[in-house]
Amino acid sequence: MKKLSKEPLNMIIAGVGGQGNVLLSFLIGKALVQNGYFVSVGDTYGASQRGGSVASHVRISEHTCYGSLIPSGHADVILSLEPAETLRMLCRFGNPDVVTITNTRPIYSSDVTSGNDVYPKIDELLKLIEKLSAEVIVIKATDEAFKLGNPIFANVILIGALIGSGVLPLDKKSLEPILQENFPKEFDANMAAFNTGMKLAGH
Amino acid sequence: MASIELEAPGTTQLLLGNEAIARGALEAGIGFAASYPGTPASEIMDTLSSITKKMGIHAEWSVNEKVALEAAAGASFAGIRAIASMKQNGINVASDFLINLAMTGIGKGLVAVVADDPGAISSTNEQDSRNICKWMNLPLLEVSNAQDAKDITKWAFDLSEELDTICIVRSVNRIGHTRGNVELGKLPKSKHRAYFPIIWDMFKPTKSKFTTGPFIELHKVLLQKLAKAEEEFEVSPYNYYTGPEKAELLIITSGACTHYCTEAVKELKLEDNVGIFKLTTTWPLPEKLVSKQLSRSQKVLFVEESDPFIERSVMELAANLPPDSPRLVFYGKRSRHIPLYGELHPDIVINTIANLMGVTYLARDITYEKEVNELYRVIPGRTLNLCPGCPHRATFWAVKNALQLDGRDGFVCGDIGCYSLGFAAGGYYQLRTMHAMGSGIGVANGLGSLSRFGFEQPVIAMVGDSTFLHAAIPALINGVYNKSNFILLILDNNATAMTGFQPHPGTGMTATGEPTFHIDIEALCRSLGVHVEVCDPFELKNTIDTLLRLLAEAGGAKVVIMRRECEMVRAKREKRFPYVVSVDPDICIGEACGCNRVCTRVFQCPGLIYDQELRKATIDEAVCTGCGLCADICPHGAIIKKVAES
Repeated sequence: MKKLSKEPLNMIIAGVGGQGNVLLSFLIGKALVQNGYFVSVGDTYGASQRGGSVASHVRISEHTCYGSLIPSGHADVILSLEPAETLRMLCRFGNPDVVTITNTRPIYSSDVTSGNDVYPKIDELLKLIEKLSAEVIVIKATDEAFKLGNPIFANVILIGALIGSGVLPLDKKSLEPILQENFPKEFDANMAAFNTGMKLAGH
Repeated sequence: MASIELEAPGTTQLLLGNEAIARGALEAGIGFAASYPGTPASEIMDTLSSITKKMGIHAEWSVNEKVALEAAAGASFAGIRAIASMKQNGINVASDFLINLAMTGIGKGLVAVVADDPGAISSTNEQDSRNICKWMNLPLLEVSNAQDAKDITKWAFDLSEELDTICIVRSVNRIGHTRGNVELGKLPKSKHRAYFPIIWDMFKPTKSKFTTGPFIELHKVLLQKLAKAEEEFEVSPYNYYTGPEKAELLIITSGACTHYCTEAVKELKLEDNVGIFKLTTTWPLPEKLVSKQLSRSQKVLFVEESDPFIERSVMELAANLPPDSPRLVFYGKRSRHIPLYGELHPDIVINTIANLMGVTYLARDITYEKEVNELYRVIPGRTLNLCPGCPHRATFWAVKNALQLDGRDGFVCGDIGCYSLGFAAGGYYQLRTMHAMGSGIGVANGLGSLSRFGFEQPVIAMVGDSTFLHAAIPALINGVYNKSNFILLILDNNATAMTGFQPHPGTGMTATGEPTFHIDIEALCRSLGVHVEVCDPFELKNTIDTLLRLLAEAGGAKVVIMRRECEMVRAKREKRFPYVVSVDPDICIGEACGCNRVCTRVFQCPGLIYDQELRKATIDEAVCTGCGLCADICPHGAIIKKVAES
């Protein structure tokens, strides 16, 4: 078991209901437990999933299961499926040392499409995200997922990017059996998505 | 995704709190499980129903929580350990049976798991179900994470048998919906043999006879059971203290809050000053044990969700401590150090303890904090909305248009389900009353009987298919019988969608996926003699015309079944979209349309967005599910739907 860079290591997985947050946090959590860590994964279920802002709190420890909510300002990693949600989570949980991995594809809420609210320009959004993070890895996960045939692959691409970034004590080998187990029929496609993410994160 | 490994005792698995509760029940050797879907409890039955064959148990989605609990009790009476699981509101539904059950006792171990939803993350209300245990004299255990959810659920069955009463296990959303490490125990291999005892000992009328009489005698017996529970709780290893022998501050906590307290004390580096007493057995209160803890400090803070439940019990106890006891100062909800409503959070607990201990706490770098405070305003809101392709959007659109055309200030009475979102923009603010399961029809019954008072507004009641079967049939019968005037819309999407697409009696499938009798909602309504029509809400014009016609007709209760499968269920099965939808930018007139962009400003499907640069509507292909409904509402025919190639 590799030593954690911090005890506990706190990661927020952000997105919009329907993007696959729960699946993402489940796969990563499972890999961590199989590698001997204590993990606590707090998810958002139910009504809040209907187009709302969702965040999974993943807390990793060598010694104990922490509570399901990360205190404000205490995220070490933010992995996000949607850029405005990245900023929302940075504002609440960020700090000068946080590492951020973010998708670039906006999902417009009804507040925005109805004209009641304005979605920031993506360049400006990324600038703010950079300003609030020690390090940012920008992944065009949805664009890449379309190339693989389905926008839903964005979430497994982001797992690849997360593992590629090296912020977690996990490698490709530790994720492979988990993907195999969870996607027995679509393993190749998911592995391709995972590898795309790894590559985009510089591996 | 609810699933658990059946073998592998001794191994550690990542389990959802609700999966852990299911695992605990299996390790306790249950043979019977019943439930009705409700967030945050649904995954307990999702898990149990997925392994019935392998485990040789009976698992069912019951029609409602009262029947679920009654069915589980029946199994218990015949010597089969049984569990009933439900959300907070479910125990309200089951309460009439529960209070009677408390009188009769049980056969084999019987446990009800109730999952509260502090913060009402997926509920119509906040509720502290612990109060029901005090009201009904039932033993109550609170779980705090996945591991002890498993262990404590298992223990609850032993306790139930020992005390001869149903035992309540209370969870909350942050436990049921949090995954954590769980070390698995053994699964018993015993065969179940069910037999209802028909002979009882007349000198011991409390055993093997499941009637609430002799009433006063059994009330006395119930209180004796509770006294015995208190004795058990005095020595339970699930109640424990961590901290210095004498503390400057003693925290008494339970459930998910235990972790917030531990984290707060660690974060503030107060481990040598502050002690934490974790109470699992919160009713009846083990008074001797708690009295002992109270001697550790004169300052006591209560951290619990949602009511000051332990707080009040301990204050009651403190009032009865010997006269020479030191004066205790209590902090908590009564003193407003802990909020009386809303979900608790580590931030609240950290700040409260810092305040009481006179230490300063900064969550993060102060410059960063200032920067962030400026930025919050640029983040757009995310109001909840119905899913892209949702048939309810079509229903609400039809209702909105029909009521506007009718022009007599008609409105909708509803309840809890995906269609609750009708109270917000996604359902065009059409839902004007929202309470318990099925309440829309009950409320409509009253409103529809006010003509003698000059009431002329049309009343529409709305209910989902699962909810109709759960709680609305008596209200519909009442409406027919008492000649109330309303139109009931049954939104039949062939699933219990909000909680995870569980089957119900109208789907023709059981919890375990086996085919069964299909309760025909249409035939059921017709059998009451009420006027019934069926619409596909996606045939918008026909639906609006039908509603308009029924609104214009004279009184009496009428039913319209809005029949269209939940888009999530359809997409999962068919794995393809019906249409490819696009916007022709040459035809779209953007802001000049309707009262300013009728499709994106008013209709508001998440798959349909507005391109600020082109100033035209456009389809978000990452979100659109190709239902094609928007093509029918566009007044200019700018939205084009083409049948998708298979």
